[in-house]
Amino acid sequence: MSLLKKKKRREAEIPTSSMADIAFLLLIFFLVTTTIDVDTGIGMVLPPKLEDDIEPPPIKERNVLKILVNEQGLVLVEDQPSAVQMIRDEVKKHVLNNGADPRYAEETGKALISIKTARQTPYDSYVSVLDEVWMAYFEMWDAEARALGYPDYDAYVTAIDEQDAENAIRDKIKAAISIAEPDAA
Amino acid sequence: MAGHFQKKVTTKQDIPTASLPDIIFMLLIFFMVSTVLRETTVQVRTTLPQAEALTKIDQKRLVSYIYIGPRKLDGNRLGETGVQIDDALVEDLGNVRTIMYRKLVEQPKLIVSLKVDETSEMGIVLDVQQELREAGTLRINYSSRREIPS
Repeated sequence: MSLLKKKKRREAEIPTSSMADIAFLLLIFFLVTTTIDVDTGIGMVLPPKLEDDIEPPPIKERNVLKILVNEQGLVLVEDQPSAVQMIRDEVKKHVLNNGADPRYAEETGKALISIKTARQTPYDSYVSVLDEVWMAYFEMWDAEARALGYPDYDAYVTAIDEQDAENAIRDKIKAAISIAEPDAA
Repeated sequence: MAGHFQKKVTTKQDIPTASLPDIIFMLLIFFMVSTVLRETTVQVRTTLPQAEALTKIDQKRLVSYIYIGPRKLDGNRLGETGVQIDDALVEDLGNVRTIMYRKLVEQPKLIVSLKVDETSEMGIVLDVQQELREAGTLRINYSSRREIPS
């Protein structure tokens, strides 16, 4: 009688306390190997390949802001030696000129920034120049967004994404940056 | 009185651990899904330049990387500038076109992220860009680090 009672009491459970440890080990492995960092960088869209028989559209000299970066990383803006930090203001003046100053662009929609480097130009000088040009555009977009009553451009973008609307600011001030080929040495 | 005491002692004071594995498994599955195991060994040094005007690429699936920088040699020495796509160095730049074109066919929304060492010369970067134009992969991204304000 007592024997039967003992058998009944024995539980047929698998010990689950170590399950957590096993899961922890796996968790730690994936924690260590995970890279959540998102790739950040300066986005650009290259111009499509030119067909041989089609001439590129003519662009008025006046609408192009020429930026040259030489082998030492020194910068010429419209043939004037300039510091990298100056580019931002020059770009803004150029794009928002609207025909006021004959040295800068006729109107915002036609303004173009051309960056030309030598083959020996270090990459980081090129990126810092490109960065300044993009920052100029970002600041102009921010200003436009504030004029429309948004705190900044990012807020405007999220707002139009929700409404599925067109990005009017980007249509008005188009980031037109051209990367010119270096002269053949 | 004594009986009261005994009752208290027999009460189990364990925290139920039966659901602990479930919680851990949930975390585990999250990390498993979000993990991208690094499948390539980078054979060139890429110290990225710093920039301020950064945009994030959220869709990792669309991105393909091109590494440009001085080759890593034995004993911490650096060699000539090399171009690497996926896990192999590209010896002839003319091959970039075919490789990238094939990738574009597989993924029409391809974004090419250029991970270029800051000491590289523009010449090779422009050559690669020229190849990308030939291949038709026009969306590029100059990968750079966030500038630490000084």
